[in-house]
Amino acid sequence: MKAYTSFAHLQRDLAEGSVNCIQLVEHYLDRIEAHASLNAFLEVYAVEARQRAQEVDAKIKAGNGGRLAGMVIGLKDNICYQGHRLTAASKILGEFESLFSATAVERLLAEDAIIIGRLNCDEFAMGSSNENSAFGPVLNAQDTGKVPGGSSGGSAVAVQAQLCFASLGSDTGGSIRQPASFCGVVGLKPTYGRVSRHGLIAYASSFDQIGPFTHQPEDAALLLEIMAGADAYDSTAALQPVAPYTAQLKEQGPKKVAYLKNALEQPGLDQEVKERTLQTLDRLKAEGYEVTGVDFPYIDYVVPTYFVLSTAEASSNLSRYDGVHYGFRSEDASDIPSTYINTRTEGFGKEVKRRIMLGTFVLSAGYYDAYYSKAQKVRRLIRDFTLEVLQDHDFMVLPTTPHSAFELNANAQDPIAMYLEDIFTVQANLAGVPAVSVPMGNDRHDMPLGLQVLARPFEEGPMLGFSSYLMNNIFSQS
Amino acid sequence: MENALDKYECVVGLEVHAQLQTSSKAYSSDPNEYDAAPNHNVSAITLGHPGTLPRFNSRTMEYALRLGIACKSDIREWNEFARKNYFYPDLPKGYQITQDTTPICTGGHIAIKPKGGAEKNIRLQRIHMEEDSGKSIHDQDPFNSLVDLNRAGVPLLEIVTEPDLRSADDAYAYLTEVRKLVRYLDVCDGNMEEGSMRCDANVSVRLKGSETFGRRVEVKNMNSMRNVRDAIEYEMKRQVELIENGETVVQETRGFDASRGITLSQRTKEAANDYRYFPEPDLQPIRIKQEMIEEVRKNLPPLPSELFDRYTKEMGLSEYDAGILTDSKPIALYFEALTQHTKNFKAAANWLMGEVKGYLNDRAMGIEDFPVAPQAIAEIIELIDTGKVSNAIAAQKIFPALTEAPDQSPKAIAESNNWIQESDDGTLKEYVQAALDKYPEKVAEYKGGKKSLVGMFMGEVMKMSRGKADPKKANQMVREMLENA
Repeated sequence: MKAYTSFAHLQRDLAEGSVNCIQLVEHYLDRIEAHASLNAFLEVYAVEARQRAQEVDAKIKAGNGGRLAGMVIGLKDNICYQGHRLTAASKILGEFESLFSATAVERLLAEDAIIIGRLNCDEFAMGSSNENSAFGPVLNAQDTGKVPGGSSGGSAVAVQAQLCFASLGSDTGGSIRQPASFCGVVGLKPTYGRVSRHGLIAYASSFDQIGPFTHQPEDAALLLEIMAGADAYDSTAALQPVAPYTAQLKEQGPKKVAYLKNALEQPGLDQEVKERTLQTLDRLKAEGYEVTGVDFPYIDYVVPTYFVLSTAEASSNLSRYDGVHYGFRSEDASDIPSTYINTRTEGFGKEVKRRIMLGTFVLSAGYYDAYYSKAQKVRRLIRDFTLEVLQDHDFMVLPTTPHSAFELNANAQDPIAMYLEDIFTVQANLAGVPAVSVPMGNDRHDMPLGLQVLARPFEEGPMLGFSSYLMNNIFSQS
Repeated sequence: MENALDKYECVVGLEVHAQLQTSSKAYSSDPNEYDAAPNHNVSAITLGHPGTLPRFNSRTMEYALRLGIACKSDIREWNEFARKNYFYPDLPKGYQITQDTTPICTGGHIAIKPKGGAEKNIRLQRIHMEEDSGKSIHDQDPFNSLVDLNRAGVPLLEIVTEPDLRSADDAYAYLTEVRKLVRYLDVCDGNMEEGSMRCDANVSVRLKGSETFGRRVEVKNMNSMRNVRDAIEYEMKRQVELIENGETVVQETRGFDASRGITLSQRTKEAANDYRYFPEPDLQPIRIKQEMIEEVRKNLPPLPSELFDRYTKEMGLSEYDAGILTDSKPIALYFEALTQHTKNFKAAANWLMGEVKGYLNDRAMGIEDFPVAPQAIAEIIELIDTGKVSNAIAAQKIFPALTEAPDQSPKAIAESNNWIQESDDGTLKEYVQAALDKYPEKVAEYKGGKKSLVGMFMGEVMKMSRGKADPKKANQMVREMLENA
């Protein structure tokens, strides 16, 4: 079986009949089994996927296959799929099964995607290494001694190791882009509100977005085009019509690109990451792009602001996991307080508890103004700054991560060091703008690096077109 | 003690929760029904399942606007929602979606007429939208508490007064008005016994004439208006007693025990509860446009206070009558319809409060089910006013016949039963002359000064006319003809 990394190629072969969905599903099932040690999948829907493959093959044959007919997709295990277990990689949801499918999933299924399983991640999407899963860490397929990044580590690795064609993840502070960078795949975080959050387990509601992992920006555009759009079940989903992203991919000639000068002077930034970023900018200049360095005055505040606000929301969003109505309940629950305390003490992992405590603290009487309100104000400044820069420039470019994937357990004992991994990714979430991590080749350790592109709200089309241009015309020359 | 009590006044602020009669819940499409089987109206949203988000029911806002406009509150254009965080088994999400810093209505007032006191305005602090919790049931299973989530997510309006009430009677009068208002506006059925209208009271006492407030106690668990009155009365006595004994009132939450008529300290944990309010990130703020407000204003039903004023000032009815007529919206609407057909407002009020209410009371029936149309009642009044029938015939004969055959006109009923009275002067004169001719000696006695004989002649006239003579006219004619005889 050919290794398909472009859906256009795959569709052509499906249409010609040189491959069919059954073969594809068997191929991926074999690979999942062969790479089980990566721990990317928490559950594989083998029987269902085979059955669905037959149905889709019949449709393709009849000439009425959907736009995703033949695309085999894995779901991060914080996205609801009706009748299937949903754990958020936490013990606290127990044997919980979702009563409904996320809007994004519904829309993929309506276009004949085949869902092959649910993917490991950091518990409740909290983490940057996928070491916070109650079901064990996910390993980077490029070097199994290294982390895949997080929180959507399983989703990144599943695409990296070709255990499925594409996957969905969620991005609250970089949880799609950072693992995409560590694993050498394309990871897209859409504009806030572009994809309905209905059916996504909430971590931080005003940041969370579902987005795809693919090998090519073109396929990210296709998946977004299908998933995006207004949804009666999510009043924060944007009403703005969905642009034909797949038709906007052609790079329209040299544009204006901004980069953050002081981001490249950050202490923990790997020299090679900096050089590769600057080389990219030089090449763009050579190609006629107008490249401007701007100073980002709030760069030291992005991570603290993000953590104050996201944990505040998380502390409230995770209140519902209390052992009363569904999921795990401690065996030592004998009355109301013991039900709550023991269930949550035993059911949540350490990082989740840390963030619930932090969020509870910043919302508490006497601290609200000092932390939560202030962080809201800083968020506004960061958003205004970002939009202002993007007003004058088509894209903003910066590294996705300060360095390539690190060793397992490297940051496990130092939460602050782990939080700083998000320094380049949280800006897009704070500002609500779309961002994508584009693979730019491997570093001296032969580990993948990603370059991040940010764009104006709802301009995912041009942003992905530029990403494609980077991959095909800029990085390929290095 | 009684004397000590006289030195103090109590200061009360009330928080009323009105459950809205919307057909679905505040943030989901689950039906909003009072008597569904337990845990029947519970979708994934109500259950707070992972991945669910609230969907705002704009009816909640419309109902809030009705009440806010009726109370002359300021309506906020930009409405945000907030989360109030606390853990309880009947609160599936672990937070309640409410409004914190931006209530939909601020200010406004509700006029009350306390027993034996003058009318006064109770100022409102705010009205805001929120969702109800489920119900915890602790007394049905010896080992477990049960939770019914049908109520979880039902829309509520919380109506908070300024501390403007000065007695238990004030509170009773206020609740009477609120209940009347929400019923008139069709936003809530106002049933405190079933919990669709609930009330918490903040009660403090102070020496009369004092400008500062005493330490307040919040009283909960009052499931009738009478309970509210009794609880406040008890609380006032309790607090005055404490102060008179040199003790201090503790700021706390107390529950009312209706069977013993006393309040008992509940967990003081309430005071320490930190609800960690913050803006609800799952709902977009709602902008209320001026046109929307005008639309609701235009469709507002008549308000009881407006009707009361009109009945007393324009129709000349007594405050007592106006009070009864406006007490319930269906009665008021019937009266409104009735006065479209008759200008004899006093008679209309009397008929409605007399014969019609009597009929309804005998049958434990609401006026909604009363078979007779207002036009027909107006026609009876017309028959009386034109002297065609007497009051007695109308009440004792025509009205009962009409309730049996509501499709017929009262006039037709009276005619077919030969109940139209004879007020025709010629006929009447013949009867009177005949009576005088029959008893010449009595005529002489009358002339001699025995004026009471009028009654005897009247009886004779009525007998001859088989009761159809217009008594007023006949009486007048008998006197005239006796004088001239």
